[in-house]
Amino acid sequence: MRVALFATCVNDAVYPTTAIATVTLLERLGIEVDFPAEQTCCGQPQYNTGYRRETEPLVRRMGRAFAGYDYVVSPSGSCVAMVRDNYLRIGTKARTEGRGSELTEVAESLTPRTVELTEFLVDVLGVTDVGAYYPHTVTYHPSCHGLRTLGLGDRPRRLLEAVKGLELVELPGADECCGFGGTFAVKNPDVSAAMGTDKIRNAVSTGAEVLCGADNSCLMHLGGMLRRQDSPIRPLHIAEILATTQAEAHT
Amino acid sequence: MSGTYLGMPAFPTAVRASTKDTQLRANLTHATHTIRDKRAKAVAELDDWAQLREAGKDIKDQTLHHLDRYLLQLETQVTAAGGVVHWATDAAEANRIVADLVKAKGETEVVKVKSMATQEIGLNEALAAEGITAYETDLAELIVQLGDDLPSHILVPAIHKNRSEIRDIFIEAMGRWGRPAPDGLSDNPADLAEAARLHLREKFLRAKVAVSGANFMVAETGTLVVVESEGNGRMCLTLPETLISVVGIEKVIPTWQDLGVFLQLLPRSSTAERMNPYTSTWTGTTGGDGPAEFHLVLLDNGRTATLADEVGRQALRCIRCSACLNVCPVYERAGGHAYGSPYPGPIGAILTPQLRGIQSEVDASLPYASSLCGACYEVCPVAIDIPEVLVHLREQVADQGGKGHRLEAAAIRAAGWILGHPAVLAAGERAASKTRKLHPQKSPGPGIGPWTETRDLPEMPAEPFRDWWKKNRSPKEGR
Repeated sequence: MRVALFATCVNDAVYPTTAIATVTLLERLGIEVDFPAEQTCCGQPQYNTGYRRETEPLVRRMGRAFAGYDYVVSPSGSCVAMVRDNYLRIGTKARTEGRGSELTEVAESLTPRTVELTEFLVDVLGVTDVGAYYPHTVTYHPSCHGLRTLGLGDRPRRLLEAVKGLELVELPGADECCGFGGTFAVKNPDVSAAMGTDKIRNAVSTGAEVLCGADNSCLMHLGGMLRRQDSPIRPLHIAEILATTQAEAHT
Repeated sequence: MSGTYLGMPAFPTAVRASTKDTQLRANLTHATHTIRDKRAKAVAELDDWAQLREAGKDIKDQTLHHLDRYLLQLETQVTAAGGVVHWATDAAEANRIVADLVKAKGETEVVKVKSMATQEIGLNEALAAEGITAYETDLAELIVQLGDDLPSHILVPAIHKNRSEIRDIFIEAMGRWGRPAPDGLSDNPADLAEAARLHLREKFLRAKVAVSGANFMVAETGTLVVVESEGNGRMCLTLPETLISVVGIEKVIPTWQDLGVFLQLLPRSSTAERMNPYTSTWTGTTGGDGPAEFHLVLLDNGRTATLADEVGRQALRCIRCSACLNVCPVYERAGGHAYGSPYPGPIGAILTPQLRGIQSEVDASLPYASSLCGACYEVCPVAIDIPEVLVHLREQVADQGGKGHRLEAAAIRAAGWILGHPAVLAAGERAASKTRKLHPQKSPGPGIGPWTETRDLPEMPAEPFRDWWKKNRSPKEGR
């Protein structure tokens, strides 16, 4: 099985520990992972802001970077959702606008192979106990694209529940958006901040030490607010919890 | 509130006050969470909800596909039943038709049952300009009218007011509009309802002309349908001598069998009821019973243009249930007024810019009034993919350029160039990591400024992932 890591631009530049954790975890489970250096960004910020044509070169780049792999695995639900939910739309529109069918072919090739990390673990590898050890109280924010567009359901939860030492506590209003929404956080800062404030209040109310998620962009927004407010709970990507074993538990 | 949507600021500006209004936030959060929880229960009762939703979507799509045919069938049937059909291409024409009909009767007053279409065209203001007073009779619309306010929700226009605020409005304004509020009125809901009932009864018994909207129009028989909870609508529909119904052309459905689908979808999605308390249907005129004269004003006002847009046209499937408002985290914080239109919330963010165009600042800001979380699509009983339409409209706004979008387009192009050159991206990431100790936590710069008002920027890592990979995993021979 040829597996490529799609780290995403945010993880590459800002949260390398998440990408490293993904590699560590997958290798521990016997998967040989490759990181095609040609990859950059899936184009979600551009597309969602209304710059569809500007995403076309990025779609083509994704197609080239990940050609020939059986699976493209990414620790980001929203970037996977961008590929699976929008690439075909972009391809179809490009074709109607007379720019050939190359993008459609890329979309048709990538869509079935591009999977989110917890999907890959549960559905493809068939594991929920990944041998992790993390002796902390954790609450989980499911993130909208993972929850609704990809329909990840209880996969992340099942993975966390199988982690030794981990106590999972319910996050009130878990299915509500945290207010990040890509450029929404900048274009509508007041509403975004109001949504984030409520999410954080709910997270803090759980008494958990860690606010876990599977999308670092949501966690960047929430983490930025938590730090500003000196809140006790810290954000952490699920890959970093799943990658931690008893031998290396240092936190 | 000035009682008009004209000259409203763009969404991000309009929300500045509402997100900080703790009373408004509390009123809205309480109301929307109550309705959304009840709705979820009502929907869960039906095993075939998914099929019903699909059926509703298909019926609407099929009807819209042959809209001309069904509208002509409707016109034939309404006329055969003794009604008169008027076609209005825009707000001005519709308002003109209604004002002329009222004046032809020699009347200076009309009673109204809540109608989104007449809000959309500003009928009350247009009638006032002709010396005709329109009395709103839906309880929530009455509260809004007495308070010189604007509706802020499709189903619950006064959702932003709590009961003590409503009592104050009744005491202050009822006397100016007719029968005053009873002495010592409390904020007990039953007392408030009784005060409204006494006030409105005088209007119902005196009015010679009524104006209504309709939830559905059945083409096969020319029947109009209104569903409501209070019965005030039925008073308007049956007591006055002349009834004028102003209805958007997208409200037509082919048959009564189709109506069966929507009478299940609508109440559960909107009020979380298995069946709404009052369902009124009327077909033309009937001698000696109900209005002696019936006029149907079929309103286009941007709908044909919306229909021409392959992606955007799905907004015309909307049955105005407001389920999307009640689950929307943005609506909950922003309140309905910030949307600058009678159609607030997610559906308003896609419907208003299509009906009115995206030229004004407020209309151009609406497609961005969403975090694209998808909760609206999930609850929509006719499966309108609101996030898809939002992004589609954002493209039109970005193409149009204008305020804020020139800088943005330049930034997107610059980012596109960097993302097209991984070596440049890697160099940039490396530079950001190397200088990480120098990065300020608050930045006044454009783009980042609003971000750092409420949040810290993340600390940059010691090295980007691709450098870690190069050192630790590549070339593969080393492993």
